[in-house]
Amino acid sequence: MVTAEFPINETMRKPKQIRVGLSWHSPFLLLVPALASIGAVSVYPVFLGLWLSFRDTTLASPTDTFVGLGNYLQLFSDSQFWNAWIHTIQFTCASTLFETLIGLMIALVLCERFRGRGMVRAAMLVPWAIPTVVTSKMFGWLFDGQNGMVNYLLRSVSLIRHNVDWYGSPDFALTTIIIADVWKTTPFIALLLMAGLQTIPGSLSEASVIDGANAWQRFWYVRLPLLAPTLLIASMFRALDAFRIFDLVYVLTGGGPADSTEVLSTLTYKNLFSALQVGYGSSLSTMMFLTEILIALIFGVFLLRQMRAIGQ
Amino acid sequence: MISPGNYAHEAAPLKLPSWNRILVYFLAVFIVCWSVGPFLWQMSTSMQPDRELMSPTPHLWPYPITLQHYVNIFIEKSFQRYIIKSAIVTTITTFLCLLFGSIAAYALARLEIPGRFGVLGFVLGVSMFPQIAIVAPLYVLASNFGWLDTYRILVIIYLALGLPLVIWVLFGYFKSIPKSIDEAARIDGAQPLTIFSKIILPISLPAVVTTGLLCFIAAWNEFMFALAFTSDINHQTVPVGIANFTGLHFVPWGDIAAASVVVTLPLVIMVLVFQQHIISGLTGGALKE
Repeated sequence: MVTAEFPINETMRKPKQIRVGLSWHSPFLLLVPALASIGAVSVYPVFLGLWLSFRDTTLASPTDTFVGLGNYLQLFSDSQFWNAWIHTIQFTCASTLFETLIGLMIALVLCERFRGRGMVRAAMLVPWAIPTVVTSKMFGWLFDGQNGMVNYLLRSVSLIRHNVDWYGSPDFALTTIIIADVWKTTPFIALLLMAGLQTIPGSLSEASVIDGANAWQRFWYVRLPLLAPTLLIASMFRALDAFRIFDLVYVLTGGGPADSTEVLSTLTYKNLFSALQVGYGSSLSTMMFLTEILIALIFGVFLLRQMRAIGQ
Repeated sequence: MISPGNYAHEAAPLKLPSWNRILVYFLAVFIVCWSVGPFLWQMSTSMQPDRELMSPTPHLWPYPITLQHYVNIFIEKSFQRYIIKSAIVTTITTFLCLLFGSIAAYALARLEIPGRFGVLGFVLGVSMFPQIAIVAPLYVLASNFGWLDTYRILVIIYLALGLPLVIWVLFGYFKSIPKSIDEAARIDGAQPLTIFSKIILPISLPAVVTTGLLCFIAAWNEFMFALAFTSDINHQTVPVGIANFTGLHFVPWGDIAAASVVVTLPLVIMVLVFQQHIISGLTGGALKE
């Protein structure tokens, strides 16, 4: 069907020398449009940002001089920075942990064969497709301090007596954001883990059942060790993604109340667009970069150890 | 559709003890409620009058049904303006992403490129770093070029942000097509771009459509750059519009819900229609049922 449309004869008639366009020897040319746009928008600005982080550039005045490590020194003594750093790490750890655990549970359930499995899988994609801004507003309404559904449900089962001001109080605001993030991104982890589970030969599971393993033993001794690399890779992607959280916080709480949900992205954004401190803001984002690399390295070490353990 | 190396062997249906069956069904129902529940509640909210929304006992089913919130967002808040702008930016982005991304993925998957995994790793690495890091430098550049408050700057940014995903997903598909197909064409003297447009692209059409959908969703949902680069209401996209929904005395939850439903329902329907392709695309073809 496909080959019928293909102009074999026409191409064959051309003598080899007249071939114009791309030769087989320069496939790199095909990468140029993609790499050029990634380079222009993602790579070059990173270096420009690094350069800016050594200057006191602001958008409010024409000052623009080299200040060396001045921004970084100011950063290290800035309690707002450390406050945001700790919240970001808390958020990253908690959301990655819960997302991985719940995602694993979902993946295990969906690996069993049952009627309507396709429907469950389809339903799982719904949170993933919803814009994050909409998710924030949706959870803002669900967790509303006065008329929220969550307060109503918790009151009806007598878990709480009075309404809780979820994202309006410093005690629960970060938790609310974590719940919203878990809702939104768990399906993605579950999909990756389902894919990982399917590559484990069914015969291994069956053999363990024949040997008398129960469901828990089958999971703990057979599937989990084989799934470990996938688990680590999936949670690494999640952690790196969670670390740069912006939309949920910015829309739901704006970093408040009392800076209790301020994370690095929102703090940087405020420095850039409210205080117009481009130089200082750039040093903040450079620090984020370094932390991201650190996270990737930590996961990398675990992954290598895991791979080696399986290899032996 | 062809999907790459699926060496998974589905276990023959294991006979589970019946209480395990019940647990599986129970969890399945829970997963569905957990995933779909909040959005259904948003739909129900969008059709309830404010008086009902403020009552101490919420009603799951909207009664009486009102379309007031939909009237509000379209008549009072001219929400359609945001939708048109988003549609323009997103459509152009998706087209360019597929064009650049599919050619690059083709070269990486089927031509001899030394260090292709270096390129793929680089592309993946770039997609992982904190995007806030490029906001300030890009803002400075864009204001130098006079590109703030234009469609141009958003399209350029979304293109670069979408490309890694497109390249990775299409790389997976293109890799899975048997090499013999284009080798035959190559022996017949076909050029790489001819093979790409006449053979590889038609074969992978479902994958390309799915990838386009992923790209569309990513660009449609993007918030931070849209917020930073558009201050003028005439160039703001849907997420910025929804984020700015606030009332004078109370939060207009009903209007917000209506706007959410309007911008999300098409996405949800598309995702449900294409779900099998999306799942196999996101997981590199390992899950295909």
